[in-house]
Amino acid sequence: MDFGALFGSFDNFASFTMGGLVFGAIYALIALGYTMVYGVLQLINFAHSEVFMYGTFAVAWTFVLLHGTGDANWSLGKALPILLVALVAAMLASAAIALVLERVAYRPLINKNAPKLIALISAIGASFALSEAMGLRDRFAKWLGVDDNLANYVSPKKARDVYTNPVTIEPHKLFEVGGYNVTDVDLVIVLAALVMMFALDQFVRRTRFGRGIRAVAQDPESAALMGVNSTRVVQVTFLIGGLMAGVAATLYMMKIGATRQSAGFLLGVKAFTAAVMGGIGNLRGALLGGLVLGVMESWGAAIWGNEWRDVVAFILLVLILLVRPSGLLGEALGKARA
Amino acid sequence: MLLEVQGLCVNYGHIEAIRDITFGVEEGTVATLIGANGAGKTTTLKTISGLRKVRAGQILFDGKDITQLPPYERVLMGLSQSPEGRGVFPGMTVRENLDMGAFVRKDVKTAAYQQDLDRVYDLFPRLKERQGQAAGSMSGGEQQMLAIGRALMAKPRLVLLDEPSMGLAPKLIQQIFSIISEINAQGTTVLLVEQNAAQALKRAHTAHILETGEIVRSGTGHELAGDDAVKAAYLGGDV
Repeated sequence: MDFGALFGSFDNFASFTMGGLVFGAIYALIALGYTMVYGVLQLINFAHSEVFMYGTFAVAWTFVLLHGTGDANWSLGKALPILLVALVAAMLASAAIALVLERVAYRPLINKNAPKLIALISAIGASFALSEAMGLRDRFAKWLGVDDNLANYVSPKKARDVYTNPVTIEPHKLFEVGGYNVTDVDLVIVLAALVMMFALDQFVRRTRFGRGIRAVAQDPESAALMGVNSTRVVQVTFLIGGLMAGVAATLYMMKIGATRQSAGFLLGVKAFTAAVMGGIGNLRGALLGGLVLGVMESWGAAIWGNEWRDVVAFILLVLILLVRPSGLLGEALGKARA
Repeated sequence: MLLEVQGLCVNYGHIEAIRDITFGVEEGTVATLIGANGAGKTTTLKTISGLRKVRAGQILFDGKDITQLPPYERVLMGLSQSPEGRGVFPGMTVRENLDMGAFVRKDVKTAAYQQDLDRVYDLFPRLKERQGQAAGSMSGGEQQMLAIGRALMAKPRLVLLDEPSMGLAPKLIQQIFSIISEINAQGTTVLLVEQNAAQALKRAHTAHILETGEIVRSGTGHELAGDDAVKAAYLGGDV
């Protein structure tokens, strides 16, 4: 245990805090998908981690398509044009996966009034199926006879290995906070997450459709009696979760630069943790939970060593829930006051 | 007939909730369904609104078959409901609840909309005072007013009111019933479900008595209020 590593100098403290905020912002964006679906349907979309994972591949494949496979180190400015295309691709890919999930894994069960537990099992099944399908993409390509054309995308024999983005984005120092260098990449990640959060929050609070979402979350039968099309509301909720996961996937690839078919699992669990920690069903809670989780695990890693990062994260979850069982902000999406 | 219900049967699993129910509501009138707890009154209303699946029978609204339409399409046609147990959105303000009532309307920014809002505030001045308050923090009576006001904001041709007097103080019950007459006088057709049979029969043009899922008597409100068997069973022998 080395508290000096964290608190010894402001430089270290700022560095670990900022690093935590960056990951926390990504957790928060993914957490939105869990929390919104829970708010509307009271079910955990366990497969949301795969929605994110498909987004990360969309980013890497966009770079392979538009740049090629040659390794390169680019500044954020140079990568920006492709990065923006990749962002759109990731948002579309993640949204598509989320919508298919809703249609295939949930809607038939909801229409039959199946217990929530059944939907959870369906979600876990869908999660494994999606993850393994990505790991088997070389086989699919072979069956379709396109494995030669798509060799750069499926990486034969290594479909289950780490898939690296050919372009590494080099962070550049923008300014200094007490000796700690704030980079352009870190700043973009945190700002992008905050902007998306703010936009979504306003959408849910201020728009007619957002009011419809809150109505379904608070009382589905009453919402139907007001003329809200609940099937459409559920669909849009999954769509929004997917779009946010796509943004998270792009930011993640900016920072990490590599992914694999199992990349969604730990991030998904952490994002779910962030959602529960902030108060499941609560949008602002997802943001707070994500940032708190990111910072705490970063501090934990500084004090006890990096291998303790996840232990700290989940012990924190248990401690917070013991004190505040409904999460930091508590109230659900629907019940949040305007 | 604005609403025609023909041979309606609804099941909960294997249990028959309502059986072969047939009645109609003439445009511009107040109709009422009365009966004991569990007679199937609420199920009938929920089925008309589309919240329950029909096993057999038909529902016609303004001559069109709406039996298989999803609830939101029925709202678009002019059918709105104040549900049993009020069903207000607890985390929304009074004003937001009223706006939710008008969810299907496209004229939210117009003077006509403001007029309808003022009309609801005229009927229930209490709601105007509490505009910015969260609905979940209001008393039962206030929530009931909100539920009725919200149903009116859809500008419905037919409003279904499920037990509007439930759990209210006697003075407030009087007030709610005179407001129901007023709503009707302003041109809205009303289908009222009530356990307070005396008040309901007094206001209704037509009335039907439900017993264990079936209609056992029909007539004008006046006829049924004067009927000895009805008096004995539902009116405590004295209106």
